[in-house]
Amino acid sequence: MNSDIAISIENLGKRYDVDRLKSQDEGLRHVIENALRAPLAAFRKKVRTKRTREFWALRGVSLQINRGEVVGIIGRNGAGKSTMLKLLSRITVPSEGSIRIDGRVASLLEVGTGFHQELTGRENIFLNGAILGMSRAEIIRKFDEIVEFSEVGEFLDTPVKRYSSGMYVRLAFAVAAHLDPEILIVDEVLAVGDAAFQRKCLGKMSSFAESGRTVLFVSHNLEAVRTLCERAVWMQDGHVREDGPVEGVVENFFNALSNSSQFSSQNEDYGFTVHRVMLKDAAGNESAQFSPGDDMIVEVDYSADRPLEQPYVILAINGVNGSCFTANMLLDGNRPAVLEGEGKLACRFKALPIFPQSYSVKMSIRTKNGNDRVLDYTDVAFFNVVGDLANYGFKGDFVSRASSSTPVVVPYEWLLPDGTTASVSLTSDAVREKQAEEASIR
Amino acid sequence: MSELVIEAGRTERQYWRDLWRYRELFLFFAWRDLLVRYKQTAVGISWSLIRPLLTMAVLTVVFGKLGKMPAGGVPYPLLVFCGMLPWLFFSTALTEAGNSLVSNANMVSKVYFPRLAITASSVITSLVDFLISCAFLVALMIWFRFVPPASVMFVPLFVVLVFAASLGVSLWIAALMVKYRDFRFIVPFVVQFGLYISPVGFQSGVVPVRFRLLYALNPMVGIIDGFRWCILGSPRIYLPSLAISIAEVTFLLATGIWYFRKTERTFADII
Repeated sequence: MNSDIAISIENLGKRYDVDRLKSQDEGLRHVIENALRAPLAAFRKKVRTKRTREFWALRGVSLQINRGEVVGIIGRNGAGKSTMLKLLSRITVPSEGSIRIDGRVASLLEVGTGFHQELTGRENIFLNGAILGMSRAEIIRKFDEIVEFSEVGEFLDTPVKRYSSGMYVRLAFAVAAHLDPEILIVDEVLAVGDAAFQRKCLGKMSSFAESGRTVLFVSHNLEAVRTLCERAVWMQDGHVREDGPVEGVVENFFNALSNSSQFSSQNEDYGFTVHRVMLKDAAGNESAQFSPGDDMIVEVDYSADRPLEQPYVILAINGVNGSCFTANMLLDGNRPAVLEGEGKLACRFKALPIFPQSYSVKMSIRTKNGNDRVLDYTDVAFFNVVGDLANYGFKGDFVSRASSSTPVVVPYEWLLPDGTTASVSLTSDAVREKQAEEASIR
Repeated sequence: MSELVIEAGRTERQYWRDLWRYRELFLFFAWRDLLVRYKQTAVGISWSLIRPLLTMAVLTVVFGKLGKMPAGGVPYPLLVFCGMLPWLFFSTALTEAGNSLVSNANMVSKVYFPRLAITASSVITSLVDFLISCAFLVALMIWFRFVPPASVMFVPLFVVLVFAASLGVSLWIAALMVKYRDFRFIVPFVVQFGLYISPVGFQSGVVPVRFRLLYALNPMVGIIDGFRWCILGSPRIYLPSLAISIAEVTFLLATGIWYFRKTERTFADII
């Protein structure tokens, strides 16, 4: 192998048997029952082709990663990123193809794997270090550095169950960061921790890179990928969709995310087709990116070969952690008398009260009895909310945690003991000023 | 640094090398289990004495006093305790190590290391308990003013044997448990049952001679008898039974490692 190549992946594939993953078919009872019924079946079974459904989480992936390269892996959920990292980290084995790795690998698929709640910080440094592949001597040598990096000094002898989540993450990352690998594989670990610490981690990772080591970095945070990586690999449906300089790949990926509003679905039983679901801003331009406080219009193009009488349309906005809010005709009763021929139906969500995160729009359409589904709950569009929260009156030291907070902000007021009132809402400073002006004119 | 090759259907090449590289992990896991075990308990480490002590008391009363089993000239509590040492080791290992992979599922699915470390370290943890109990046995022997015979020097051999037996069976159960959680119910049953069909509370001499060979099919029979012989000097060791035990333990350990290795690669997918 060429010594400039750190990782060489050839025709890699990973198959899962869908049936085996979810059924109790493989339970012991079943095995024994079968063995009793037909003692020879166990042998015959191996000859007979199995009728389990297969699912390829990854297929036909070939990649070469050079020594010293920092590569970001991006893609939607379920695109195969995590499976690839699991294969590279040897947690699971490939179903086909091969991987050649030249150099010591450290992979960080989760922060604090193997941390034990009851053990102290000190004990966990040793335990976690050993799990990640460090020797005791190595841990002792780097111990002080790890403690310093983690900033948990005085709590070193406290059980980690008493740690705040920030301290926990810092300690865990500190251990991993001192593995001193030649190849570092990191999965979405920066989603946790406060802004200062995230910067520190990114800094540590770029210093890795600068010292000529190889970094593979999976993240949903496209900004982080753009700053850290020089090359990006975009995965889709278990394949490599695009591989190249980071700017271009990230941009194409983002555009594809926006255009993925190309949802369409046809229900032949009802002769009803949803051609397209578009997201538009207040000005009526198609967009997949909004700011907090913006209006967002969800527009559905449909055609009904047969009249669909008094249908119910249900829209729900979902964040990473689940449903945020909904517009539901089952509840509000504002259903159209009939949908027939070609047409458009839209819903305007006013002044999105949600934090900068990623969201999806789910839709369901029911017949007039409210139960039969013309369209079952499905993701029909995706959008991002972006914006600097500092411009919205969110100036806390830990404001970066808003990216993993519950996303909906109902306007609220703190009534503080000293008699002051602090109002909070997701309204930009510009809008706030305008409102104040209007109020003073009145 | 040599290169690592991961290929479909073949990841074995670096297996033993990895096992060596991660050798410290075996002890780290055992150390963790020991540290954690008695956190937030009132009497702490004393539990590893209370448990065998109470079991000994019950078995002495049931078999010695009520059942009037022969003691062969040694104090009955000593007889029971010598049998309990290997049995408790074996049964604790089975219970703990059998569960070890499943209870560490998160680690198994998030980080690579030889999975053998988890299961083997649980057996090591049980070994530590065993050693604590051994110390207690010495105290017990002083109390009864019992001087052990020269055969006591064979004890380490039997410790190796019971360790191998525990590891072999634990590897089987841990690997099977990943796929079939049924073993969560089977193991406690086997442990409970095994206490009575193994010569723990009595000597295997009470078994009629014509059944001795059949009885010896339980691998723990040879091991427990061996311990008793080493420490108490009586009854004489029944060699066929010991031979059967050794053969069975070797078989269990070899197949245990084989099955564990065979299934190890899919643990993360199905756990």
